[in-house]
Amino acid sequence: MLSRVANSIYWMCRYIERAENVARFISVNLNLLLDMPSEKGKHWEPLVMITGDQALFEKKNSDYNRDAVIRFLTFDRGYPNSILSCLAAARENGRSIREIISSEMWEHLNNFYLELADAKSLTMALEDPHRFFKIIQMRSHLFTGLMDSTMSHGEAWNFARIGMMMERADKTSRILDVKYFMLLPQADLVNTPIDNIQWTAVLKSASAFEMYRKEHHHITPRKVAGFLIFDSQFPRSIRHCITKAQICLHRINGSPTGSASNVAEKMLGRLKADIEYTDIDEVVDHGLHEYLDRLQTRLNQVDGAIGTTFFNLKPLIENATQEQSQA
Amino acid sequence: METFRTYDTGDFYDELIEANGRPRSGAQLLVDKIESLPAGDLVLRQKAAEAMLLKMGITFNVYGRDEGTEKIMPFDIIPRIVSSSDWQQLESGLKQRIFALNEFIQDVYNDKRILKDKVVPEDLILTSRTYRKECEGFTPPRGIWCHVTGTDLVRDSDGCFYVLEDNLRCPSGVSYVLENRQVLKRTFPQVFGASRVRPVDDYPTKLLEMLEFLAPDNVQTPTIGVLTPGIYNSAYFEHSFLSQQMGVELVEGQDLVVADGFVHMLTTKGLKRVDVLYRRIDDDFIDPAVFRPDSMLGVKGLIEVYKAGRIAMANAPGTGIADDKVIYAYVPKIIKYYTGEEAILPNVPTYICRDDQDRAYVLAHLDQLVVKAANESGGYGMLVGPHATETERAVFAEKIAAEPRNYMAQPTISLSRVPTIVGDRIEGRHVDLRPYVLFGEEIYVQPGGLTRVALTKGSLVVNSSQGGGSKDTWVL
Repeated sequence: MLSRVANSIYWMCRYIERAENVARFISVNLNLLLDMPSEKGKHWEPLVMITGDQALFEKKNSDYNRDAVIRFLTFDRGYPNSILSCLAAARENGRSIREIISSEMWEHLNNFYLELADAKSLTMALEDPHRFFKIIQMRSHLFTGLMDSTMSHGEAWNFARIGMMMERADKTSRILDVKYFMLLPQADLVNTPIDNIQWTAVLKSASAFEMYRKEHHHITPRKVAGFLIFDSQFPRSIRHCITKAQICLHRINGSPTGSASNVAEKMLGRLKADIEYTDIDEVVDHGLHEYLDRLQTRLNQVDGAIGTTFFNLKPLIENATQEQSQA
Repeated sequence: METFRTYDTGDFYDELIEANGRPRSGAQLLVDKIESLPAGDLVLRQKAAEAMLLKMGITFNVYGRDEGTEKIMPFDIIPRIVSSSDWQQLESGLKQRIFALNEFIQDVYNDKRILKDKVVPEDLILTSRTYRKECEGFTPPRGIWCHVTGTDLVRDSDGCFYVLEDNLRCPSGVSYVLENRQVLKRTFPQVFGASRVRPVDDYPTKLLEMLEFLAPDNVQTPTIGVLTPGIYNSAYFEHSFLSQQMGVELVEGQDLVVADGFVHMLTTKGLKRVDVLYRRIDDDFIDPAVFRPDSMLGVKGLIEVYKAGRIAMANAPGTGIADDKVIYAYVPKIIKYYTGEEAILPNVPTYICRDDQDRAYVLAHLDQLVVKAANESGGYGMLVGPHATETERAVFAEKIAAEPRNYMAQPTISLSRVPTIVGDRIEGRHVDLRPYVLFGEEIYVQPGGLTRVALTKGSLVVNSSQGGGSKDTWVL
């Protein structure tokens, strides 16, 4: 398939996944606040921290209150990672490949964007945020479901899945990083009800609470981190995302996993092996933050390698022809 | 209330209703159906159709506006109906016209017989902005230049069809014909079924067959692409739609490279050779090595590969010479010259401003005429005399005096009308008709075409960029 098309479908899915994650973070935070002693602003700042875009937020806003954060993360067109910007970008990408994706996907995405861009959405987000962010999440899930059941699971679909898995792995690592950083130093809170609520919220931010309970029953920071990084079956754990991304990547070239036929396969394979042969105790001993930071860098490198392997042929060709003509 | 009982055809030819208020023969079923609907139901159906179009994302972009650039093409659910006898005349007239224009283009770039015989003035050709010197001495694959044409027709108050202009470069709109039909089938299913409307859905298949016919001889299964300027182009929806319907690649200039004497697509598995391009980029932008060097949309080196016969293109570069609006005036003579026949479809009478006598007449009668620039489209560069202000007319008079070659004028045609939903009433609105013609192994005229409607009361400008809408066209 065309490189540009592969690139567009990859990014379309990354943006949808990103939008869903932001909606989920806000949703969980709203729930959390109902159970927390009110401390103005304190609970909204971490949300912006997860995105890593505090500087941009602070340039536009003086403090981290509910409405300002919701507006920024949801509707700010000047902020490239707001839900609205993500959907606009997903839709632009979708529009450029609508002959590749199914009409069901396109019509849903188009409608999703148009309704979010409508002025009524802002009113609803501020007046009935619980319902509003639930709708955003469900629509993202519907998109994923439509993609799964109305589009052939060929090359384009595999690129879409890789985009989604890479984005999801990145977001899970960020939630964990920020919350761990925020929660751990408060040693006096360990095993208090507040502490439990906070860690429950971390799990809920990754839709992981119920599945975690079945696996581990009791909530401890170490087990939560272990679950979100290393669980092999939970669909938002970093390990699971990387495993799925690798399967899709190898389907594209038809090469078996366990060996590598290009840079992207090589880098993703190494990352997967590292995760498979590491455990949470090792990670905590060496510092969780450092580990997650390194992981995010490596995810970015894989993303770059996918780009040079499949999407950006042009510079290579131009170099090649230049070399040929010089010789 | 929406009903035909109070409908007034005015002094115009109405496509559905006779002057005495009775429906024309093919429109009886439709009119009866609309009359039988409960009050408000027609408007509800109209709303449902619009919602369907928006949901499908059938939108176009308007140039020169930053916000809200994306709109649905306004659509009116009352169809225009063309009788089979009218259609027979249109179909044979279009086949004759397209055949002759193709001969003309081939001749102009090669033997130049028609110029030597002084049927068409040579300087008119050589001074046309759409004349491509690069095409001289070239014969495209199978000798076909204008593979896809959208000819604009109008019907005057005398009930006759006239050709208003030829569009032989990248005519757009056919996707609206196909989508409008989908919507209308759901809006009036029984009437549609009972009226025995000729299907339009063959078009993508015919287009694909035509493109395959052009492929170089040694290619068994050609790789075909639709070349689009990208998602910001006003007709992007159509490019994407056609490639999807044909199951061929939709490519942008950035997806193609010339290497080893062939054109290739950049794919996730390396280079893949392309054999035929249905290009929807104007000549000017298609190859920066030959035409505009600043073009970011085209493919460098494409024309060289094309001239070497290693890729086919529809339409061929250079066809614009035949839709120059001044050369248009000579088309009846062109038809006679190449076929020996009189034109089946007449032109609208045309005054050519480079002719001293004609120009004097035009300048003296600007308030009665429609003036058009030779190479503008989309309703730009046009003066509708009777509706223009004194100042607008003065501006055009200066333009004509400065550059007479570039202008022609026509009497205002009182375009026919079709009943159209306006608020909760049905009123007549002016329409034109653009049928689509494919020139491959044989010439195919899609039975139907795009009926464009000027939604503003009394307006004669039907272009979508100027507030026009569309209707489904039923050929019986």
